[in-house]
Amino acid sequence: MDRQYQKYVGDFIIWSVLLTMPLWLHLVGGYTPLGTRVLIMALAAMALNFLLGYTGVLSFGHAAYFGLGAYGAGLTIKYLIPNTLAGMGVGLIVGIVAAAIIGLLIIRLRGIYFAMVTIAFGQVFYFIAYRWNNITGGDDGLSGWSRQPIDLGFFKIDILHDEKAFYYFVLFFFAISVAIMAAILRSPFGRTLLAIRENERRARFLGIPIDRHVWMSWLISCTFVSLAGTLYALLNNFADPHDLRWDQSGDFVMMAVLGGMRSFWGPLIGAAMFVVLQDYVSSMTSNWMSFIGLFFVLVVLFCPRGVLGIIRRRQVQ
Amino acid sequence: MSLLRVENITKRFGSLVAVGGASLTVEPGQLYAVIGPNGAGKTTFFNLISGFLTPTSGRIIFNEEDVTNLLPAKRVWRGMARTFQITEVFPELSVFENLQIAVETASGFRLRMRLSPSEKQKVCARTEELLEISGLSPKARRLVGELSHGDQRAIEIMMALALNPRLLLLDEPTAGMGDQETHDITQLIRRLHRDQKLAMVLIEHDMRVVLHLAERIMVLAEGCMLAEGTPKEVTSNEAVQSAYLGTAAA
Repeated sequence: MDRQYQKYVGDFIIWSVLLTMPLWLHLVGGYTPLGTRVLIMALAAMALNFLLGYTGVLSFGHAAYFGLGAYGAGLTIKYLIPNTLAGMGVGLIVGIVAAAIIGLLIIRLRGIYFAMVTIAFGQVFYFIAYRWNNITGGDDGLSGWSRQPIDLGFFKIDILHDEKAFYYFVLFFFAISVAIMAAILRSPFGRTLLAIRENERRARFLGIPIDRHVWMSWLISCTFVSLAGTLYALLNNFADPHDLRWDQSGDFVMMAVLGGMRSFWGPLIGAAMFVVLQDYVSSMTSNWMSFIGLFFVLVVLFCPRGVLGIIRRRQVQ
Repeated sequence: MSLLRVENITKRFGSLVAVGGASLTVEPGQLYAVIGPNGAGKTTFFNLISGFLTPTSGRIIFNEEDVTNLLPAKRVWRGMARTFQITEVFPELSVFENLQIAVETASGFRLRMRLSPSEKQKVCARTEELLEISGLSPKARRLVGELSHGDQRAIEIMMALALNPRLLLLDEPTAGMGDQETHDITQLIRRLHRDQKLAMVLIEHDMRVVLHLAERIMVLAEGCMLAEGTPKEVTSNEAVQSAYLGTAAA
């Protein structure tokens, strides 16, 4: 029961920080869009970790679905309907459909082979966005559009000009996504995923059809990554071909590992460290990536289970 | 009506004949042992029955149904559960969770996103019951990876039992264990056989274990069936004595 209590305290602290962030972020040298960026990256990293930390399957191609979400939202708002929610809907659906089909093709692979093929499929989408100049803007990215205020009929939320309103808009989707993922992990289906992570052979001989369950986990993971992608495009009013590239996928994996992939909130902590460090160091030097790299090496060397892994180890002793 | 009939089954890997024409019949409730020296093809034979491998020729009839080419998961659904020579459990989960996953899968809940309170209650009760049978109740909240080899093996057997099998396949259940652990696992197997009327096929290396437990024994050597019969018939068989007991004694 002690652990249960600690979990409640942890959840309470995290939600309090996230709910009040725009109120104090400027006091510690931050700014609201930085907080929004942390939330979006955290959603992507937590979604990746649903697959990596809780099903034991490493994907190095999640940027593809992140980017599909971003371009889906951007292209819809720019060319079809200037409506934020419609853009998000299209981005999400494009990401889900692509993940479902690609998932069917690659789900029989395991380990490093699976990771390699996810990179390959990711790069396909990157090159499409990069080359298809007159639609996607090519190397320059997709600009010339912006997120639109949300009109609820009786009430209008100006997420375009009010940065705090947009923060809470993102936090709303973040909270729903995180709640759904947590609920799935606590369910019998979620436990079959843990079983597959722990021991695939045992899981198979319990009568669990492994490929089908891994595919579902992959689809759930990609769905929330796509959602994060749509939000990221809305944050920047811009879709960047880099969002689709393999090094973006690597960033998500890094965030998950930094924070601790065996803990539910680990990737949130990892994403916060990554984004804040990136923001801070890149204002001083263009070689910011080497600092993040060094930091990553130190974390992996001294706490291989990530930053939240330290806290858990203390609990055991 | 027999529960399991293996008819003249063969498995070749290239030019190597791992199993060459072995047959056996297991009746409901029977405890059957397959023995033989190292490299005799026992584990391959087992992998063929459980569907980990598919045979080159021959048939496997389970419960009057031809399951020769069925996937492992489908054989599990038809009532065939197995354990492995190298214990296969979920090390970073608790003992309770290990059994809970098996019980939920066996109850057909593996795709469920939530359970009703009465379903939860049922899963919990069955899990507690399995803990009780194996004597692992005091360790229910411990991580399986922290427990002794013998306890892990007991958990694996209970996970297989959670599937409510008609036939339990045990691959060297006492492999790599000390005397006390061997004794405990042997007692567990005997109890399951007696109380649950469960049919079992077990592979064993340790002759003492088999002679105490099994009702029928089959001896494999170099992939071929050397003898088959009651423990008494098998131990008095001359070919067996020279091939197996002779080398074991030397």
